[in-house]
Amino acid sequence: MSHRDEHSISSAQDVAQMLKRVAFEIVDRNVDSEKLVLVGILTRGVSLARRLQKIVGETIECELPMGVLDITLYRDDLSTATHHPVVRKTEIPFSLDGATVILVDDVLYTGRTVRAAMDSLIDFGRPQSIQLAVLVDRGCRELPIAADFVGIRVPASPQDRVMVRVEESDGFDKITVMPRDTMSGESN
Amino acid sequence: MRFERKDLLGTRDLSAAEIRYLLESAESFKEISERPLKKVPALRGKTVINLFFEPSTRTRTSFEIAAKRLSADAVNMSASTSSVVKGESLIDTVDNIQAMAPDIIVVRHKFVGAAHMIAERVGASVVNAGDGANEHPTQALLDLLTMSEHKTLGPDLTVAIIGDIAHSRVARSNIWALTALGITVRVCAPPTMLPRGLDEIPGVVVCKRVEEALAGVDVVMMLRIQLERQDRLLFPSIRDYARVFGLNRQRLDLAAPDAIVMHPGPMNRGVEITSEVADSDRAVILNQVTNGVALRMAVLFLLGGQGHE
Amino acid sequence: MSKKNYSLLLKNARLIDAGQNLDKQVDILLGDGKVVEVADVISSAAEQVLDLDGAWVMPGAIDLHVHLREPGFEYKETILSGAQAAVAGGFTSIACMANTNPVNDSAAITRFILEQARLAPAKVLPIAAISKGMAGDELVEMGDLVDAGVVAFSDDGKTVANSKLLRHALEYASLFNKPLLCHCQDNALFANGVVHEGLVSAAHGLAGIPSLAEDVDISRTIMLAEYLNTKVHICHLSTKTGVYLVRSAKARGVKVTAEVTPHHLFLDERAVVDLAYRESLDESLKPAKLCYNTATKMSPPLRSVDDVVALRAALADGTIDVIATDHAPHEATEKAVEYELAPFGVVGLETAVALGLRLIQEKVLTPLELAARLSSTPAAILGLNDRGTLAPGLAADLMIVDPELMWTVDPEKFYSKARNTPFSGWQMRGRVVKTIVDGKIVFNL
Repeated sequence: MSHRDEHSISSAQDVAQMLKRVAFEIVDRNVDSEKLVLVGILTRGVSLARRLQKIVGETIECELPMGVLDITLYRDDLSTATHHPVVRKTEIPFSLDGATVILVDDVLYTGRTVRAAMDSLIDFGRPQSIQLAVLVDRGCRELPIAADFVGIRVPASPQDRVMVRVEESDGFDKITVMPRDTMSGESN
Repeated sequence: MRFERKDLLGTRDLSAAEIRYLLESAESFKEISERPLKKVPALRGKTVINLFFEPSTRTRTSFEIAAKRLSADAVNMSASTSSVVKGESLIDTVDNIQAMAPDIIVVRHKFVGAAHMIAERVGASVVNAGDGANEHPTQALLDLLTMSEHKTLGPDLTVAIIGDIAHSRVARSNIWALTALGITVRVCAPPTMLPRGLDEIPGVVVCKRVEEALAGVDVVMMLRIQLERQDRLLFPSIRDYARVFGLNRQRLDLAAPDAIVMHPGPMNRGVEITSEVADSDRAVILNQVTNGVALRMAVLFLLGGQGHE
Repeated sequence: MSKKNYSLLLKNARLIDAGQNLDKQVDILLGDGKVVEVADVISSAAEQVLDLDGAWVMPGAIDLHVHLREPGFEYKETILSGAQAAVAGGFTSIACMANTNPVNDSAAITRFILEQARLAPAKVLPIAAISKGMAGDELVEMGDLVDAGVVAFSDDGKTVANSKLLRHALEYASLFNKPLLCHCQDNALFANGVVHEGLVSAAHGLAGIPSLAEDVDISRTIMLAEYLNTKVHICHLSTKTGVYLVRSAKARGVKVTAEVTPHHLFLDERAVVDLAYRESLDESLKPAKLCYNTATKMSPPLRSVDDVVALRAALADGTIDVIATDHAPHEATEKAVEYELAPFGVVGLETAVALGLRLIQEKVLTPLELAARLSSTPAAILGLNDRGTLAPGLAADLMIVDPELMWTVDPEKFYSKARNTPFSGWQMRGRVVKTIVDGKIVFNL
């Protein structure tokens, strides 16, 4: 592997540590919340939300409700997208009215996905508050959005590609950065 | 898999992969109609024109609701308000509509090929909501979506379509879509309403008697009988039709024990289907209507979410 | 218009003339509008000499069945534009159907048509209606019409449903030795059909026209002619059963003749929905390029593959006597509508001879057989003794054919006012390059 290829930021152990810390922060900050729920953004956000659900559940000895959000129909680039993103099923099997929602995603980049996710959540009800948990914050925001809980901050330029791989969909946990000109065709 | 077509004109030329993709997409849209706020912004700013040259409250409403739940601006144009009656040709009408820059045109027309003609002429995406006795693709797809809730769509499945096959676009679109997925289709109609040459279509079995068509089938699809066909010597009387071809409890017992009963609506109760069957737990007729909205949302989204020209 | 004593010598022509049973290299001398001499070598002087270098010369084609639309529908075609299309396609005589407006059911209309035809490059032969106004109630004044110059009688698309009227028409026309040209169709069985009742109607939900609608009426027509011992001509045969009926009638000695159109010889029902339909066919039910092409809508409709095969065999064995085009021009916007709303009919004058040459290439006909089906037999059916063959003393009506010239059918280049051909884009080998009527070159490619 040459230096131009992707390089690893964090290993599986690091990821587990980050999630644990984030889970504790969530519990810590929401100790008084009446109705705490997790909502993962498809696809990797859902895997991470499930893990947070498990860790939080073990900590407070109570399982938090968890929902799945597909933000495709709320994207602001539908008519300019070169091909159609696949629409998957959104499942929010509980009321969001008055809930404290922990929105979970893998990477926070431009903020557009989170914008779409918030619009979508608000269509389901009126949450008391929405907090954002991400594994990686890589900067380069295009919208005024910030995360409440961050696993790791990776300062990257827009040319770089930051990827989170999770065991559930990729077979292993890993965070990598690679310069754009060596990227494969895979999209984020 | 991508859905790269500009238009949805029929099921005849859809591949099995395209059909399954449409059904999977529709599956994701079902949930939107169950939300308290039944709307997503996916087609915000897009214009959908429902161009109906033939009256059809149900299909038009279904498309309209689908468009509105996707936040598109849906406009209805019906034959009575359009200038079709004034002797304007279809091409003139379509040129005028095109000049208003719609993104999607949903068209229902009395004549075969009208949607194809429009699609050829306009940049907008065209959805065929029924052209003569030819095709009604969204109906067939919503039928498949409904079947898939109860059955596995594949070669082990047998579907019986019973009624006026000759004049039915629903039957044709179902035949193409079902056979594309390897599903066996039995058709049964009065001989006067069974088109010659149908048995030459691969995957189609023509049954003379309704009992033969029903024996052991997994899905029974009854078609609406147009009562005015009686005037054209196609069947002797409604009573006779009900007696020979109507679906009642005893006949339904010939089908598989877990067979489901479908009907594209509107039903003639007591003619092609008894109320006992139509209102039984075997009937999935209202599920078809519910699924119609989800399926049409998927179709509008897949056609309308992308720029074509 | 031709000067007195004007003469034209055609050198080194391959003359294909069924009337004289000749297929050989000759020189042909034309003078005074007539054929003067046909010989191996002619060395006498002529005002104009054309060395054909082996190109084919055939007697001018004679079309028993065209629609020239004048009077009444001049926006579709005129006698002049139709005649220009005719000579561009090698037709030197064309018999025009009576379904104009007004219908050609009186000597006055016939005279009008002949008057309009005076400036036309082809010879126009009016056909009168059988019944007044083609209404199927009363016979036209046949004697008066024959005197005015009609060559045959036909209600064409409006079949004479009343068998008694048809009987009397056959009887009365026999008095003048003029044929009745019968478009055989049972209207009740035809109903609201738009395409052949078969694969395509079943698969696309288009109302079907059963073969039966044609066959039933062919039977009736043949039975009448047999009973009355009169001549009858069956227009545009399109079905296998129709072929059988004509063949067995001929075997019994019934004086029946029949025609077939080029489109029924080259296209089957699948062309209706498949724009990519061309010469080579597969068995697929799914069109390569789905399009409801109104240029394939005609009556009788394009039938099944089996019917096409039967028609070709019948043309080859002489059961079918002639090729006629049923040239039916329509204005572009009339055809640019929904298939079910489009009028029936396609043009054929400018493609028929080329398609005939293709029948030779496909070994369906010999060159002499083609000449018979296009010229000598149609002349005999209409009782035209002065044409149809190039014997000395007869009219110098002929076409010069380059049998190897490659060209593509482009409706935009038609002389006809109409473009409604189902053969648009077809690659052709062999084409009429010159047409001569009464010794004068009226078409030059």
